[in-house]
Amino acid sequence: MTGRFRIGGARLMHIYTWVLIAWLVLPISVMILFGFNDPSGRYNQTWQGFTLKWYRDVFALEALTDALVMSLIIAVLTALIAGALGTGIGYALGRWQFRGAAGLNLLMFAAISSPELVMGSSLLSMFVSLGISPGPVTITIAHVMFSVSFVAIVVRARVVTLDRSLEEAAADLGASGWTTFWKVIFPILLPAIFSGVMLAFALSIDDFVITNFTGGTTETFPMWIWGATRVGLPPQVNVMGTMIFVAGVLIAVISNVRSRPKKRVAA
Amino acid sequence: MDRVKRTLAPYLLVLPGGLWLVVFFAVPMATMVSLSLQEGDVVNGFVFTGHWQNYVESLADYQTQLIRSLVYGAVTSFVLIVLAFPVAYWIAFYGGRRKATYLFLILLPFFVSFVLRTISWRMLLTDDGVLLHPLKEAGILPGDFQVLGSATAVIAGLVYSFLPFMVLPIYVALERIDPRVVEAARDLYASPVSSFTKVIFPLALPGVFAGVLMTFVPASSDYVNSELLGSSETTMIGQVIQSKFLSNSDYPSASALSFTLMAVLLVGIFVYARALGTEDVMKVAAR
Repeated sequence: MTGRFRIGGARLMHIYTWVLIAWLVLPISVMILFGFNDPSGRYNQTWQGFTLKWYRDVFALEALTDALVMSLIIAVLTALIAGALGTGIGYALGRWQFRGAAGLNLLMFAAISSPELVMGSSLLSMFVSLGISPGPVTITIAHVMFSVSFVAIVVRARVVTLDRSLEEAAADLGASGWTTFWKVIFPILLPAIFSGVMLAFALSIDDFVITNFTGGTTETFPMWIWGATRVGLPPQVNVMGTMIFVAGVLIAVISNVRSRPKKRVAA
Repeated sequence: MDRVKRTLAPYLLVLPGGLWLVVFFAVPMATMVSLSLQEGDVVNGFVFTGHWQNYVESLADYQTQLIRSLVYGAVTSFVLIVLAFPVAYWIAFYGGRRKATYLFLILLPFFVSFVLRTISWRMLLTDDGVLLHPLKEAGILPGDFQVLGSATAVIAGLVYSFLPFMVLPIYVALERIDPRVVEAARDLYASPVSSFTKVIFPLALPGVFAGVLMTFVPASSDYVNSELLGSSETTMIGQVIQSKFLSNSDYPSASALSFTLMAVLLVGIFVYARALGTEDVMKVAAR
């Protein structure tokens, strides 16, 4: 009796899990589908017929393309800067116990859990007070600020699992601290650093709220979409959204598959 | 010399990133508090007065929106617990070798821009949209059915936006449970229901709390969902703050509202950090 109850419950939960996944995927499917739509008017809201012309003309709208390029540039810069700074924090926190570590942890926790609205508006307050005009630079500063903690946490998680005997072995073989770090430790940490960098890139390219506050009139991809919502979105937006989605999923799947066998060896 | 280098190493590594966080996270918060105690306008400049006037006035004007936002946030978090728990439970205990795949599927929406996802929902929920139109044609919904612009639409949008943030922490907590503890409960003749309510659920509570923190904060301060899916009846405090900052340049009163929101949420965040520690949230953030 008990056994049957458990199996029934599990099966129900299994079905329910798939229903929820379907719900999560529904708006994504709509986005992808309407990139193939052939709307007659300005509003791409009802299905009119299949076409591939938006894929052919994906970069035809100059302002939209510029916004996408702006997003990519900011995301790359954010990933590089936050990647470097976050790796420093993550390595130090994972490797040593030092005074101020608790305070730094709290600061990172606050930066992760604070509402974006408040972080964005407080940065704007500061820029206004200092007379700094908002633009791509202030956006990048803001993006590094909110993504650096994520990189640090990802890297720290890997550092704490490092086997200290590796360092001792390197030292026994006559390697200096510096050589040991670059030749032994860094290669081991590289996959974690890479995930941190990718996470920072993803957080940056998707960000709307903080960019809205710190960007002034600079148009990133999400900002352009936000501005165009009222007048109707061109199907190119769907195509670009689909391309970002596919690229993101591919990168995630490939990096996951590649890191899998390594994990098994380490275990 | 080497020893000095050793003790300095962590500080040197932490310095650039730590400084960045201090200068662009902590200092701006302080600037905003100071701005909230000033008076004036963009043309004539702002003067520090130290009065609480901005707080009193803006709270009197916008308490409806503030309370509404907190209510929407709370409802969102509650609905999310109910929706996310069975999924997290199933993946943790029955996911087998496909656990990672299921979690990946739950995370799929994050590969689409937040604004674009919400616009997709607006398309689905428009009166004659892709979803409602066929349902009306088929007679499942009455012809005058309307959901866009209602509180339901806004909360549904918020629930959709933050669902992964509830599934992940609950999953992490459930995954940690030693199966032998559950077996022990069964050996001691606990029924499936009571082994759930007395053993599994209490052990999952830290995950639930982490999920509440990670969903309540962004949901109650969101303005994208209520702007795109709501109406003037559903205006949230985020929209008020956004338009005061970006359209009206009414910085002092916008800062006062923003800091009030932060203070309300900070109390929650710090009570949380004190009671349960910051590990769970950090762990989920690392995924």
